[in-house]
Amino acid sequence: MNDKSFDKDNPILRAALMRGLVSRRSAMMGAAGVGAAAFLAACGSAGKNASTGGASGGVASRTAAAAQDMSDTEKVVNWSNWTEYIDTSEDGKSRPTLDAFQKQTGIKVNYTEDYLDNDEFYAKVRPLLEGGKDTGRDVWCSTDWMVSRLIRQGYVQKLDLANIPNAKNLDDSLKNVEFDPGRQYSLPWQSGFAGIGYNLKATGGKKIESITQLLTDPALKGKVTLLTEMRDTVGLVMMEQGKDISKFTDADFQAAIDMLQQAKDSGQILRFTGNEYTEGLAKGDIAACVAWTGDVVQLQFDNKDIQYALPEKGFTLWSDNFVIPALAKHKKNAEKLIDYYYDPAVMAQVAAWVNYIAPVKGTEEELVKIDPELGKNPLIVPTDEVLARAQVFRGLSTAEETKYNKLFSALTTA
Amino acid sequence: MAETAVLSTGSAAPPSRRRRNWVPYALLLPGILWLIVFFVLPMVTLASQSLQEGNVDDGYVFTANFSIYVDALKQYWPQFVRSFVYAGIATGLALLLAYPLAYFIAQKAGRHKNLVLVLVIAPFFTSFLIRTLAWRTILSDDWFITTWAQNLHITDFLQAVGLTDNDSLLNSQFAVIMGLTYNFLPFMILPLYTSLERLDPRLIEAAGDLYASPWQTFRKVTWPLSLPGVVAGTLLTFIPAAGDFINARLLGNTQTTMIGSVIDAQFLRVLDYPLAAALSFILLILIVAMVSVYVRRAGTEELL
Repeated sequence: MNDKSFDKDNPILRAALMRGLVSRRSAMMGAAGVGAAAFLAACGSAGKNASTGGASGGVASRTAAAAQDMSDTEKVVNWSNWTEYIDTSEDGKSRPTLDAFQKQTGIKVNYTEDYLDNDEFYAKVRPLLEGGKDTGRDVWCSTDWMVSRLIRQGYVQKLDLANIPNAKNLDDSLKNVEFDPGRQYSLPWQSGFAGIGYNLKATGGKKIESITQLLTDPALKGKVTLLTEMRDTVGLVMMEQGKDISKFTDADFQAAIDMLQQAKDSGQILRFTGNEYTEGLAKGDIAACVAWTGDVVQLQFDNKDIQYALPEKGFTLWSDNFVIPALAKHKKNAEKLIDYYYDPAVMAQVAAWVNYIAPVKGTEEELVKIDPELGKNPLIVPTDEVLARAQVFRGLSTAEETKYNKLFSALTTA
Repeated sequence: MAETAVLSTGSAAPPSRRRRNWVPYALLLPGILWLIVFFVLPMVTLASQSLQEGNVDDGYVFTANFSIYVDALKQYWPQFVRSFVYAGIATGLALLLAYPLAYFIAQKAGRHKNLVLVLVIAPFFTSFLIRTLAWRTILSDDWFITTWAQNLHITDFLQAVGLTDNDSLLNSQFAVIMGLTYNFLPFMILPLYTSLERLDPRLIEAAGDLYASPWQTFRKVTWPLSLPGVVAGTLLTFIPAAGDFINARLLGNTQTTMIGSVIDAQFLRVLDYPLAAALSFILLILIVAMVSVYVRRAGTEELL
């Protein structure tokens, strides 16, 4: 590791530190080098300093309504999550950690994979939340920027940390994030990267390693999908154009949109998708795509033709976080569920399967017990070299979000 | 409630002239209520929504922002044009396929008539989505249909006329049009069947007796008599096909987006409600305009 990677003026690293995507070892060194006050403050105890404003700044948060908690009489919890985002048994019929949770607590988890993309899921639950109705869900996992919006609008409830003693295992660097200071409303489920996934059979044995190649290589014409997740798709393109996504300008954003538009007009892009790209990629209908790397590695288990690439010029970092929506009927059960997954031994089982970065201290040690090879996987235990290339999309004001969404949706919907 | 009251008073005493006058209106009441609740009110809401400005965070306020209609048309006119072209082609294809079939069922199927009709409706027992997904399998690269089409150079032909982009069938204009044709075909068959079933075979015999060739018989007798079915069938196929958003999404690519999918995405993913509402309204107005021109040109107002 060279000195440059911990230069305090290195915005990439600073952003990664804020978001907690630097490994524990390097974070300690980073903390010494950067001396980031917020970071150090967060190393104290969680849930103390809630006075700092949220990502949007200035907008007062509304408070989420709580419902009568039925947890003690109804031993269930309804969890909505993204697809391929939890450990599954060999035959694909059961989910070992969920079964163990039920055995241990008697609480049955109704696990639904209906979270395909943040916007779509938000559109699904917003009318219910806005109308003060129960969404039928007790917990789900939203990406950082969506958590920011949900907190701002008062659609998620404060977590009762008394029911989540294991929350102390949260990785230090993730304890304080700009959208939820002190982690009062959210706890991370997984963190990870967006990069490139491709199917060797469909690309004719060709490796796809850069965004430019993805968007222009004639061999991929009409067989490329991009994510409807703006921050990942546009972020990757901006980095390809040499921009820093932690401090880009309107012009940078527009330039990325132009490059995407050109690719679309040339017929390169098949469609914009949420999490459902995995099926097409496995079958070879999609030759290459912007993908969440953990998904791709999971597909690799069954299909050796599936490959991933982390673009040389940079790739995005994000976390998906547990939140409990307003009027959830089984809040306590949901908190017990979160607590259960914050046990490093349990989280290690999930991490070994989903191949994302676990937010729980001690997971690395437990992982090595499952399979020493896993500790070498840069997607689960990222090396400093990998992290140095990762970038975090900067927080957007409401006005910016509206403006950028409009530009991006004109591209994806037309 | 209203109708039962009317009926009971009606049977109790001979109805007075005045009372009888409002009986038909009372009978219309449920229908009118239905239209108000499920058509007029949503339309008014939609219209007002289309003239609002704002964002999801801060809410929307009414500002009579008519320029959104101009912007919507400017930005999405290719999707409108595409929708009408696809729906038009699909309607034409459906008519070509449905007419002989409906004629056969109505005139020749004899005692198997009901069985064949059930077969026409049978696909409706499964969901629209599943049927469209089935087309993904049917047209996928590793299935025999694509292989045959390649061997017979059909794919080359489709590529030459611009309906596909490469030598596969899926994810192309061709696939979208096929999907639309297939999904709305029964809406064409059933009205055609009803009007052809009423066709008196003796009229065709009479035309033959008067030395009309089969083609003349069709043109002068069968076709004019089936026109109400043709008009009803084309409307029932064209209107939903023009607003469809499933086929383009599942069978097409980013170059085949129809206006239905734009509206769907604006409403459900982007949450730009005013734009989505404005687009819906434009679609509605365009379809009403087209249908009125069509019905007038077909000269079938009295037949409908």
